[in-house]
Order: sequence, then structure tokens, then C-alpha cells
Amino acid sequence: MIETIPLPTTDDPVDHAFWQGCLDSQLLIQSCNDCGHVQHPPRAMCPMCQSMELGWNRASGMGTIWSYTIPHAPLLPAFAEIAPYIVAVIMPDDFPGLRIVGALADPGGNSIGGIDPGTVAIGMSVRLTFVQLVDDVALPCWFPAEAGITWEKEKQQ
Amino acid sequence: MTGNAAFKDRTAIAGIGQTDFAKGLPETELQLACMAIRTALDDAGVDASEVDALGCFTQETTPEFEIARNLGFGELHYFSQVAHGGGAICGAIGQVAMAIALGIAKVGVVWRSRKRGDPSKRQWAGVQPRIEDHWKWSRPHGLSRPVDEVAIMMQRYMHDHGATREDLAAVALTQRAYANSNPDALMREKLVDMAAYMDARMIADPLCLFDNCLESDGAIAIVITSADHARDLRKPPVLIHAFSQGMTREHQLMTDYHGADPFRSSSGATADNLWRQSDIRPADIDVAQIYDAFSPLVLFSLENYGLCGRGEAAAFVAGGGMGPGGALPVNTSGGSLSEVYLHGANLVTEGVRQLRGMAANQVEGVETCLVSTCDSTPNGALVLRR
Repeated sequence: MIETIPLPTTDDPVDHAFWQGCLDSQLLIQSCNDCGHVQHPPRAMCPMCQSMELGWNRASGMGTIWSYTIPHAPLLPAFAEIAPYIVAVIMPDDFPGLRIVGALADPGGNSIGGIDPGTVAIGMSVRLTFVQLVDDVALPCWFPAEAGITWEKEKQQ
Repeated sequence: MTGNAAFKDRTAIAGIGQTDFAKGLPETELQLACMAIRTALDDAGVDASEVDALGCFTQETTPEFEIARNLGFGELHYFSQVAHGGGAICGAIGQVAMAIALGIAKVGVVWRSRKRGDPSKRQWAGVQPRIEDHWKWSRPHGLSRPVDEVAIMMQRYMHDHGATREDLAAVALTQRAYANSNPDALMREKLVDMAAYMDARMIADPLCLFDNCLESDGAIAIVITSADHARDLRKPPVLIHAFSQGMTREHQLMTDYHGADPFRSSSGATADNLWRQSDIRPADIDVAQIYDAFSPLVLFSLENYGLCGRGEAAAFVAGGGMGPGGALPVNTSGGSLSEVYLHGANLVTEGVRQLRGMAANQVEGVETCLVSTCDSTPNGALVLRR
């Protein structure tokens, strides 16, 4: 079993620009240069017009929680260390109909986790942050945009 | 004339076989497969030399040639493998049935042999340091196990429909009660009540321990032949009335969150094409065996197959609908949650036992059975009848 967080490959021509954008603190959503269709995760081809001329649009970084879970043991060692943490499916506010998986993190992007699970709910507004895991991977994560959220991790009994 | 005349009722399940089910069995997966297949052939009254078709999972570790040369099969004329684990068993059976219906082969065997009792065999634990496939979009965020992926859907379902953990508990508790009167079930002696369910440790909120399938060892085999041949064999034939596989346009394996309506899963694609071919309607189904690696999949599948209205499955199960005497008894052997986890192969054998009238928790007057596979993957389903 691996000790580290499993990482994405970042050198695939289909999504290299996405991961490069994350290093520049930008969340990029793939869009078709020919018909304008937007999609996530990125694909090799536009399913609406079969074009391979695909470009990128920057998301504002505001989103809404569509759903979430709180994983508990047994977990990979790297996730066991930070459990319980929250991983959500986020709807970026400026791309209606799109959903993107993202862990919740602290506003500074220091690490995944650190949020009291009791304060999170479906429909909550979240903001983008990036957690730099290794040189080529900054993971696009989210933190609650509302006031009154506590950041100290409270371990569930 | 309705239905798919080229396929419906032309083939039958003529035999079923299984090994002991346990947390740990001494035999290898090949030995277990051979034992289950030998039992299934004996159940049907078919000589091994008559077998000329095989169907299995891409995840099966026992190769076709080993199975054939160990059991003494005849020369093979059709063999296929179906991908996607829990989504595969009905596809494997349906494809062999198609080969028989078309006259390409005469007698087929489908099997699943698996030693998963050892926690080190968990697939998610084998993730590599770098992910190339679609899981790169979720696993680095800590959505690392199938239970996490399904929990996301259940949390949203509860939000959309006002369902509660107490509602969901009915799936696990009903199936456990069935297992308590099934002598073959791994959990035959382990009682669980609502208090134990609500106190159980969380695995991926809102799913607790009892919402997860068992980790177990065992093997199951199924013998398929033409309906005409099956009528001359040892046991009453269980006819394969309708079959489809299914995958939605926007499907993404397990993390199927990106389509226009994530709750219209690949089960919806299977169901539409299954009922198109079937003379038997959803309301005519007497008993259902619904894939249940995680308890929410039962709710989602009941709705996608049209057995419950959208958003109504939680209230249906909480009201006793899937239990003994309910409107639609479901997973009457205890299923993957409480009988054994063999990627849903035990749901097929339980469907056959119900239609033969010899199940441990026999539903009275069963004429029809739906068998489904994993709601979160590309999948398939069968309508079986007497």
C-alpha cells in the first residue's frame, strides 16, 4: 500500500493544460473551440461535434457543494492521517451543469482537511484554493465561503 | 406480438452450483471454480463433455483453458469475458445465452471464483503512486474507495428526497434477516437490529459498516442451454426471458457524477432496453435480486428499473416493501451484504432457487424474477421466468 496521496499524471496531452493551470492557481474548464461545449473531466474529443480543437476557460473559483462524504478508516495511510476529512462534488457557479470532485481544505491551501464536518452541508458556497502536493501537482480544493466556519480539526469520536 | 422474439425464452438456466462461503477457505480460486462448476453440471444433469461455451469476468483469475482442461469439457466454440466487476454477471450470462440462442454453441458455463476474505485483497488498497485513468479526477482528493464514491450519491439522495439513515437501514436489516434463515449465508447467525445499525462505525458518511458488502471466499457456477434441451434435463428450466447490458452516454465508471442527471445511471439504460424486449412488465416482477455491494445501490436500482417511482425507494424499503410478505421481496438470500460477496453471482443463483420454488426464504407463487448488476458501473440485467 502506498504511503503518499495518490497523484494524477500531469503529462497527458489531453489534460496537461489543466494541471499547468493549477500550478498557476487557475481552474481551467475544457471547452470546444468549434461548438462551445464545455465539459469536465477533460476529454480527447468533443462529444457534441467530434472536434479535437479543444481549449480552456478559467473558472471564477466560486462554487456550491452538490454532495459530499466524510471517509473514515480503513483508508490509505496518507488519508488515514487526515481523517475525518471532507471530499465533495462541487458545482462551479459560472459553469451551470458542470460538477467537479474536490476535497475541502483550509483557505491557505496548506492541506486537505481541517474543517469541522458538522459545519458542512449540501448547497453551501465554497471558494477555490490549491493544495500543492508535489512539484507538478497543485490540487484544486475548496473551502467554505460562509462566515462562522471553524478551521480546527475536530476528530469525531 | 411484443418483446424480442429472437431471444426471449429460447435459453434457460439448467443448473447452479456453489462452494461453501467463508471468510477464508483453504482451496485456491481454481479449485473453488472447479468444485462449483462440477456441482452445477451435476445439478443440471449435464455431462462435462457437452460444455462448449464459457462466460466469465475480465477480473476472473481462473483462465478458460484451465477451467476447460480441468473439468474435461468438449471443444469450445464460444467464450467471452465481461468487464466492470459488479456490473458483469448478467452480461456474462446474457452473452452465452445469445450464443446458444443463435446456434453457435449448445451448453455454456458461467462462473465466478473469488477469495476476497483477506482484507489485503481490497482493490482500492493497491492504488499506484500516479494515476493515469479517470480516477485521477477523484482519488487524489481522498475519494479513494468504492464506498466513498457511492456515499456521495447517497448523501445527495437524502438531500433531494428527505430520506434518512433509518430508511436506508431497512436494506441492510431486511437482508440480514433473510440471511438469518439461509443456512448457506455467511451471516446466518449474526443478528443486527436498528440500534446496532445506528451505533455501527461510519465508513464513509452517511454509510456505516452494515451498508458495505461482505469480504468473503467462494465460487458460484451457472449452466445455460437451450430451453428445449433444458426441458429434458434434471431440474425444471428457468427461462431467460430478456437481457440487456447498459451504459449511459455520459457514464464514468463508479464516479458517475458528470452527466445531466447522475441518478439516471447505467441501470436506466439497461432497464429501458430490457423492458423493451420483455413481455413481463416491472409491475409483474414477483421477486428481485438487486446488486448490493453497498446498500444505496438497491434504492437507486429499484428506481431505475421502474420498480419504485423516483425518490420513493427509501420509503418503500422502510415500509417493509422488500421484506417477507412485502410488495416486492428483494435479495431474499441476504445478498452481498449478508449471504456472500461474489460480485453478484449469488443473486443469480437465488433467482433460480426462487423460480424453482426451493429457496430458503421462498416467496409464494414466484413466476418472474429480475436480476440486476452494479448501479454505479456499466451493467446489465436479466428477466428470468418459470
